[in-house]
Amino acid sequence: MTTLAVWKFASCDGCQLSLLDCEDELLAVAGRVRIAHFLEASRAVLPGPYDVSLVEGSITTPADAERIHAIRDASRVLITLGACATAGGIQALRNSADVAEYASAVYARPDYLDTLATSTPIAAHVDVDYELHGCPIDKGQLLETITALLAGRKPNLPAHSVCFDCKRRNNVCVVVARGEPCLGPVTRAGCGAICPAFGRGCFGCFGPAETPNGPAEADLLRAAGMSEDDIRRLYRTFTVSAFAEVAGDAS
Amino acid sequence: MTSADPPRLIGTDGLGALFTVLRERGYTVVGPTARDGAVVLAELASAEQLPSGWSAGTEAGRYRLRRREDGAVFAHCAGPVSAKTFVHPPRARLWSADRAPDGTVTTTGPEAPAKRFAFVGVHPCDVAALGVLDRVLAGGEHPDPIYTARRDGTFVVVAECTEPAATCFCTSMGTGPGATSGFDLALTELLDGEHRFLARSGSPAGAEVLAALPSRQAGEGDLAAASAAVRDAAAAITRHMPDEPLPALMAATRESPHWADVASRCLTCGNCTMVCPTCFCVTTEDVTDLTGGHAEHLRRWDSCFGLDFSYVHGGAVRTSTASRYRQWISHKLGTWQDQFGMSGCVGCGRCIAWCPAGIDITREAAALAASRGEPSGGAEP
Ligand code: SF4
Ligand code: SF4
Ligand code: SF4
Ligand code: SF4
Repeated sequence: MTTLAVWKFASCDGCQLSLLDCEDELLAVAGRVRIAHFLEASRAVLPGPYDVSLVEGSITTPADAERIHAIRDASRVLITLGACATAGGIQALRNSADVAEYASAVYARPDYLDTLATSTPIAAHVDVDYELHGCPIDKGQLLETITALLAGRKPNLPAHSVCFDCKRRNNVCVVVARGEPCLGPVTRAGCGAICPAFGRGCFGCFGPAETPNGPAEADLLRAAGMSEDDIRRLYRTFTVSAFAEVAGDAS
Repeated sequence: MTSADPPRLIGTDGLGALFTVLRERGYTVVGPTARDGAVVLAELASAEQLPSGWSAGTEAGRYRLRRREDGAVFAHCAGPVSAKTFVHPPRARLWSADRAPDGTVTTTGPEAPAKRFAFVGVHPCDVAALGVLDRVLAGGEHPDPIYTARRDGTFVVVAECTEPAATCFCTSMGTGPGATSGFDLALTELLDGEHRFLARSGSPAGAEVLAALPSRQAGEGDLAAASAAVRDAAAAITRHMPDEPLPALMAATRESPHWADVASRCLTCGNCTMVCPTCFCVTTEDVTDLTGGHAEHLRRWDSCFGLDFSYVHGGAVRTSTASRYRQWISHKLGTWQDQFGMSGCVGCGRCIAWCPAGIDITREAAALAASRGEPSGGAEP
């Protein structure tokens, strides 16, 4: 039976929770794979190697930078989950700031911390087989990927814009019909255009689409009334480092 | 009554009766309705859901619903949903396969649609678009069974256009604002004096439905008012395609420097192809379930603006935005003609209004025409 391990790095646990959230399918998953390591679900831990490792979170400490190599070595297929693991997450905001200054502002004893100056995606450290984007990931994409691996086929993980799915779903475009800002045209699909389906613009939590046109998107955002600061903040919400180039952000 | 029969006049109560008559005949009525800030096409339960008193103000990259005092029902144009959504759905299952415990596999073809659609209040450009889809999806050697199962036996009530939007250019493409063919029933909304509709049948089925509606004879004045409304609509259309053979224009401008200009504005977001009532491209994917005993082969709308669209082993052929925009406009206005003997564009203006970047197929075509003779853009886009 396929063994599955779930690993956590710097993250909020929300993506792992998506697996537990697959209530209807969870028993079927449990029936097809042996869960060898999933601390959020069970204290029982089996030794590696593992057929599939799901990795949540970004690399922010020297110890984690070591640990991810051990996990890679013990895993046949390694899949990263979510904005933290695929793009460094919200905590990658530190990459353009002074971490020592942050630490002294937040912690009474910053000297207890052993942290890196950056938050980096897993793929910056080891080879990654598949990346599931989003904050949090889409549970449909997670199940698609697990079922694909079980069947020995390639998962369907398109990299085109959110707009494709927005139109396939018959949403009314918030940019065109309401003049609101939306990152859908430059953001990778996978969420099923859930934000526009609820009448609000996409915030780009899946990170950039395959060929984003940053300057053209900036024109749209300005036309929706956003200032340069607003635009910078919008791109910095979930996947600051992944969007840096699209945002024309040098840092 | 046949299509040669004289037109009739129906009142606003006639629309409610039309819904009843169509439903009695087993149709699922699809028509315009105001939802989330736009007039969309949707399955409607009654005539009350029609967008009475709404019209749309459109511009490149912009669409706003506008309230109107006259209670006009069919004054909408260029909404984001076209009849394509119903006859060529965004997602469809081509087949599924199940493996029994003993290893035998059974396959099932596409699900037969449970519904027969009556499209009520679609405009002439949309009827023309259905004609294009008929040619593309059903007119070749291998008719698409998903399309034909949904399209065969549809009933079409066209609403002649009396309120074109600023993005419309059906007059350039010869598809409107009047309705000439492809419908079972044609309505012309008249707002001078009493709110009423001139109704004429275009098929025996249409004549039969019209005979079942409360109607009265149309007078000379009604006929004149209907012609004037359509003539005024034609005169109100301000957007035009260059007045020259478009396939030749597309062929002559393959190396135009203008492709780089449009590429700087285009987001490759795919909205234009998705809203286009004739763009038919799909991709397929296989899904399996967790038991491993069930597989499905699905298809979804695709767009030539995606990178995977031109993927052949080793990589995508159209990597630049310029090459993707060129593929789209060249197919719509040029190569469609070679492929299907007709234009791929009916002039509905949806791609203009629903392009978030406001890229306008008529302006791009004009800019391409103007760029002829300029030095080429250099590298092949
Ligand atoms: S609402 Fe956003 S995601 Fe949807 S089509 Fe418009 S720009 Fe694209
Ligand atoms: S190309 Fe544009 S104007 Fe022409 S039919 Fe398609 S959406 Fe309508
Ligand atoms: S323009 Fe593009 S999406 Fe539309 S039919 Fe042609 S190739 Fe397909
Ligand atoms: S032309 Fe407009 S709608 Fe079409 S892909 Fe480009 S930006 Fe998107």
